[in-house]
Amino acid sequence: MPFFAYTVAFLFLPAGAILVGAFEGKTSGWTLSNVRLLFHHPYIDAYKTSIEISLVTALVGGVAGLFIAYAALRDGTPGWVRSVFTTFSGVAANFGGIPLAFAFIATAGPLGIVTVFLRNHGFDPSAHGFNLFSKTGVELAYLYFQLPLMILVISPAIDGLRREWREAAANLGAKQWQFWWHVGLPVLMPSILGATILLFGNAFAAYATAYSLTSGTVNIVPILIGAYYSGNVLDNPHLAQAMAFGMFVVLAVMMVLYVPLQRRAARWAK
Amino acid sequence: MAYLELQELHRDFGTVKALNGIDIALGEGEFLSLLGPSGCGKTTALRLVAGFDRPDQGRIVVDGKDVTRVSPNRRDMGMVFQAYSLFPNMTARQNVEFGLKIRGRDKAERRKRVDDLLELVGLTHAADRYPHQLSGGMQQRVALARALAIEPRVLLLDEPLSALDAKVRVQLREEIRRIQLELGITTLYVTHDQEEALAISDHVAVMYGGVIEQMGTPAEMYTAPATPFVAEFIGTMNRLEAIVLDGVEGDVEHSGLRLRVDAARGRRNGERVLVLIRPESLELEAATNGAAPNSFTGEVLTQTFLGPVTRLKVSGSGTNLIADLSTARAAALPVGARVVAKIPSEGAKLISLPDDGPGLPVLDPDDQ
Ligand SMILES: Nc1ncnc2c1ncn2[C@@H]1O[C@H](COP(=O)(O)OP(=O)(O)OP(=O)(O)O)[C@@H](O)[C@H]1O
Ligand SMILES: [Mg+2]
Repeated sequence: MPFFAYTVAFLFLPAGAILVGAFEGKTSGWTLSNVRLLFHHPYIDAYKTSIEISLVTALVGGVAGLFIAYAALRDGTPGWVRSVFTTFSGVAANFGGIPLAFAFIATAGPLGIVTVFLRNHGFDPSAHGFNLFSKTGVELAYLYFQLPLMILVISPAIDGLRREWREAAANLGAKQWQFWWHVGLPVLMPSILGATILLFGNAFAAYATAYSLTSGTVNIVPILIGAYYSGNVLDNPHLAQAMAFGMFVVLAVMMVLYVPLQRRAARWAK
Repeated sequence: MAYLELQELHRDFGTVKALNGIDIALGEGEFLSLLGPSGCGKTTALRLVAGFDRPDQGRIVVDGKDVTRVSPNRRDMGMVFQAYSLFPNMTARQNVEFGLKIRGRDKAERRKRVDDLLELVGLTHAADRYPHQLSGGMQQRVALARALAIEPRVLLLDEPLSALDAKVRVQLREEIRRIQLELGITTLYVTHDQEEALAISDHVAVMYGGVIEQMGTPAEMYTAPATPFVAEFIGTMNRLEAIVLDGVEGDVEHSGLRLRVDAARGRRNGERVLVLIRPESLELEAATNGAAPNSFTGEVLTQTFLGPVTRLKVSGSGTNLIADLSTARAAALPVGARVVAKIPSEGAKLISLPDDGPGLPVLDPDDQ
């Protein structure tokens, strides 16, 4: 009961307020105009950018994180590599905001050490279209916490792959890839799907990293919402609520896609 | 001619000599159990045969061909693991089918073969269940069928029953043996349960500390253990440390008592020996006045009901003995009764002990 009260107070009440607010007019009465506005420039573009960044970093981070986690955890990797890895992932997954942006500017910015190093060796990233203060830059920065998050979330599942399964498969004549195709990946799939959706949500709601990296030149939905609340364009607070409502809708759509996939992938499990 | 040969196998893990020279030759269609306490190297030996691990020295030969360097997926060996080895994302049927699918057999053939195998292990009704919907015993049946599906040249089982409860264990071991005989498949079976090994094997090899202590038929192993360790490990055994007094008559001395043991004839006087007596060959009677020859006098400490027989622990003259009596006779000798235990001079075995040796290996009671 206290838990329920807590849930209502801190989860449903704000969500409810946003839902109601999204359909309130600027002065009074109910309206759809806020929500309708979302489908126009610049809001619709912000959603597109947000979704794209989230999808790209969730998929790239998910796939790369899976491989890295497997390499770090499989038999034969020394124990210390494993513990250094887990600790580092735990820290890096929570790294974000201004410090992360600053770290990226210092390494991959126009005067960052990696940039300068590459330039001194005859390769100029900016000549190849790379700009840290762009969508690609944001994606790169996000990967810095997406990858470790994937590693953290998927590690228990990888640990759960039993040695007997690999050996039984080999014993029955399977090559390495046949084991992964028929057993390893299907067994991991529910966890991979779950982790990817988590990464998507993580990127979708992130705000500070992108904001401090690009000072608002890359428009993503949380930055637009933030702009309203930080007061420079405070002309209709209900529009901000409508944008937040839009984020709920996007996440809800993701869940609708995810749940049946998950159910299918996990149909063999308890 | 031997079908499966393990020749001089050595395997070290750091400083641990897991295998220190193992030699086994098994004829086609024979069933051999590797029996021994925890850590003696049974699993290591089996994994070398399966190809999951490579020996530091020695060879594995199947049907005249050296397979030591062949990778596991090309060895055609069926392996049954201790537990939880079924692919969790596949039904029983799909698990059994896996090896055939990998081998590219066509669908109709696969289906027929899987049906036959599921019937062989009595699981036709559970074909479409996932592993977590099967009991431990059923899972091991599926694992057996899966290993047999590829018609392996050798069947390997690593303590396949040790995670099951006693009743299922006995039932399933008999079934494994029935199927093995029916298919005539050469089988290497690892267990630490001596009763299991004796019950279902053609040959038993007792391992200890990375070497084979003794190999023989179950009857040989039981009646003629060659080393103190084997004597201790196989069945229950009374062991009396003794010195040979008279190697002509066959007299030995154990804690001040002179005993006549036929097996001591021809031994050197003063030799340290171990006299071995099975609990069922001790004769127990209520004590009367006067000392009987070749006997201990003592008191019944405990009685353990084992069904048709009752096991009595008798203590006296600084020695503890275990005797199995028919339950009816045991009733006449309650706890606390004074009894005489007669050593049958012809039924006792003798093993030499090193003159200044450490004596006997200490066994973990859990392994028994
Ligand atoms: N991969 C390994 N690395 C290091 N030591 C090992 C390894 N595998 C086995 N050993 C050691 O080798 C010895 C033999 O192990 P093995 O697993 O063969 O014993 P076992 O007879 O199967 O015992 P159990 O009945 O407990 O299964 C043990 O001392 C074990 O600790
Ligand atoms: Mg073992």
